[in-house]
Amino acid sequence: MPTAARVQRAVCLAGALALAATACGGGRGATGGSAVVSASWGDPQNPLEPANTNEVQGGKVLEMLLRGLKRYNPRTGAAENVLAEKIVTTDARHYTVRLRPGWTFSNGEPVTAKSFVDAWNYGALLTNKQKNAPFFQYIDGFEKVHPDKGAPTAKTLSGLSVKDDRTFTVTLNQKFSTWPDTLGYAAFMPLPQSFFRDHAGWLAQPVGNGPYRVDSYDKGTVLRMRKWTRYPGSDPARNGGIDLRVYTDTDTAYTDLQAGNLDVVDDIPASQLKNVRTDLGKRYINQPAGIIQTLAFPMYDPRWGRPGMEKVRRGLSMAIDREQITREIFQHTRTPATDWTSPVLGEKGGHKPGLCGEACVFAPAKARQLIKEGGGIPGGRLTIAYNADTGSHKDWVDAVCNSINNTLGNDRACVGNPVGTFADFRNKISARQMTGPFRSGWQMDYPLIQNFLQPLYYTNASSNDGKFSDPGFDALVNQANAAPDTRQAVALFQDAERILARKMPSIPLWYQNGSGGYTERVRNVTLNPFSVPVYNEITVG
Amino acid sequence: MGRYVIRRLLQMIPVFIGSTFLIFLMVYALGDPVAAMFGERAPDPATAAQIRHDLYLDQPLWKQYPHYMGQIFQGNFGIAFNGRPVTELMAAAFPVTLRLTLIAVVIEMVVGIALGVFSGLRRGRSIDTTVLVLTLIVVSVPTFVSGYLLQFVFGVKLEWAAPTVAFETPLNEMLLPGLVLALVSLAYVTRLTRTSIAENARADYIRTAVAKGLPRRRVITRHLLRNSLIPVVTFIGTDIGALMGGAIVTERIFNIHGVGFQLYQGILRQNSPTVVGFVTILVLVFLIANLLVDLLYAVLDPRIRYA
Repeated sequence: MPTAARVQRAVCLAGALALAATACGGGRGATGGSAVVSASWGDPQNPLEPANTNEVQGGKVLEMLLRGLKRYNPRTGAAENVLAEKIVTTDARHYTVRLRPGWTFSNGEPVTAKSFVDAWNYGALLTNKQKNAPFFQYIDGFEKVHPDKGAPTAKTLSGLSVKDDRTFTVTLNQKFSTWPDTLGYAAFMPLPQSFFRDHAGWLAQPVGNGPYRVDSYDKGTVLRMRKWTRYPGSDPARNGGIDLRVYTDTDTAYTDLQAGNLDVVDDIPASQLKNVRTDLGKRYINQPAGIIQTLAFPMYDPRWGRPGMEKVRRGLSMAIDREQITREIFQHTRTPATDWTSPVLGEKGGHKPGLCGEACVFAPAKARQLIKEGGGIPGGRLTIAYNADTGSHKDWVDAVCNSINNTLGNDRACVGNPVGTFADFRNKISARQMTGPFRSGWQMDYPLIQNFLQPLYYTNASSNDGKFSDPGFDALVNQANAAPDTRQAVALFQDAERILARKMPSIPLWYQNGSGGYTERVRNVTLNPFSVPVYNEITVG
Repeated sequence: MGRYVIRRLLQMIPVFIGSTFLIFLMVYALGDPVAAMFGERAPDPATAAQIRHDLYLDQPLWKQYPHYMGQIFQGNFGIAFNGRPVTELMAAAFPVTLRLTLIAVVIEMVVGIALGVFSGLRRGRSIDTTVLVLTLIVVSVPTFVSGYLLQFVFGVKLEWAAPTVAFETPLNEMLLPGLVLALVSLAYVTRLTRTSIAENARADYIRTAVAKGLPRRRVITRHLLRNSLIPVVTFIGTDIGALMGGAIVTERIFNIHGVGFQLYQGILRQNSPTVVGFVTILVLVFLIANLLVDLLYAVLDPRIRYA
């Protein structure tokens, strides 16, 4: 294999000297619709199963490989029908899904109702250990296939039933009016029968129904996706293919981009943020992503959670100079947060700048006053916990502490509290061992305001790490989920959010941007709201 | 000789068990790796419990270790968290790192010993001082600085070499990372050789050899160099092990998907099967390299005999 590749390269070199443009090195040098684009990648953490992919590297592949009932518009984030012709309900609990005709997988197998139902049943079944299994928790029968303890007592979700090739029904265990809008998430993608028949074979060479098909997959090094010419959707690939190349380090990928060996990077290393504008100019992408960073308080700790402490929590929020930190530390790759959602939702989707009010504006005098009125920082000293192994959190935690210390005129009021590994950090959070505020980030699963509020602040919700609980908040969320249309639901969710502004169970810090860059060889490189490049729209030349 | 080798091999068994146990202990002391698999999200308890069960993590540590070792002796190093068998990762990573190490060792032997002999024979002269200062600089510059610097100068600016290594790891693209990896050791080899040569040059047997009227070339290669190489061989022997495991920085800079990369990623993701498996193999490499070094002593110095 190496010898063959070397020979090919040598032949290509000779060819390149003779002809100006050739299709050597897998399309490099070529232009137009058949040219291949190379893009940076990281080794996915999990096997490439849709219901098992919960991070962005695996998500990149699935975005190219699979299309589901809905897809989030890469620009607006709105959930739009793709395979779904219509999804209808009369009571926000019983849904009928009708598929569009003419869709097949790239191996020729038609995409039917069964392709969806089988895939969802696979994702929900406990023994398949799919990390996204909780996404199916609203479907009837989930507790049988995925019990909290013990072995599952059923293999399939009783709430799913195939009516004919193009129709299936879904019964939910609660009212959930915006549920169809969650169906663009990777976990809800259809799967061909070969996935179940020959699982290892499918993982070695995944087969899907998206604009690209897998040409070859050298695990851990490179995944070659090529345009699927018979793709029936409205978003076909505008290039010949994408080579996803695993990089050991974002700095290395950036160097390769500068040297012209790589066309697209989707993560600019922190160390290069100062130079990237001069290096790449207009080819540097910096746009909002559906990620918000917060400082969560351990509301289970009475020192922080007792009534009256909301003054201290609000005061601390006002002691943080978000403008300065996002400018100096993050070089404008973060935007100061003024609510608990993300700008990618848009005003219609529920993002409301300034909803947090004065509590998210830097005001040292008011901050000092509020903290004093609330009885001061518990124990006179505040620690901000973060994991030290990834993400270079130390810089901004120190800056936040600095800002608080300056506000209070006390050099020892706030210090960072690094935890060695991310796993240990998560374990401490789960075990409720936090004694002060801790770093908390949320990347949305789907662009809905519900996803920014319910999983994080509803009583006993799955990612409610601070164990915040407020009956008023819960009631408003329930009302919002049962609301007949999106506009009313959004208004109710925002009412719930106003409770967060009063109680401040977590301090919104900043909205995170997606960043990326590309070479002069390619055009139309953008990021979707999940900060994944919109690969199919990239053109060459 | 044979009995000596057998004794040494037997001594390796407790060292091997002890060191793997320590690694196992340290990796698992880092905490429950399952919590990190779910990103920022709190893990679903039922799924997490199922994963723990399948990875044998729900057993106490004193049961886990014998279970793991039992599997290793059947050639089963477990499954990495991304679903690939660890042996598959090893088969991909070790040949790459071995190539890189060999390139580095050849560079440090050829250049290091040559420079060492050169300056050792001219002790105190300006050429000797220059070599000493240069090696001091090289030793004090960390690998990631020299790595990024050489990569930027030769890879991006001058375009003499590829800034990153292609996945097929062709030899010509491995030269630059090999040089970066070799740099610090090269300086040590130079200094060790120089000191050793300078000392032995005044030994009685050298004077005898010169007095016998042997040609200078023969005196240096057969008598001086051979006797001066013992500390250098010791260093290179242990260095092979260090280079195989310690190429983490170099491999990251040049995008080489070898042992260092797998270890780094394994540690970052707390992927215990990968880390313990790779380190276990590295322990073996260290032990065998050390044994070979000891046997080489006898070849270099006839006065050393193993019963």
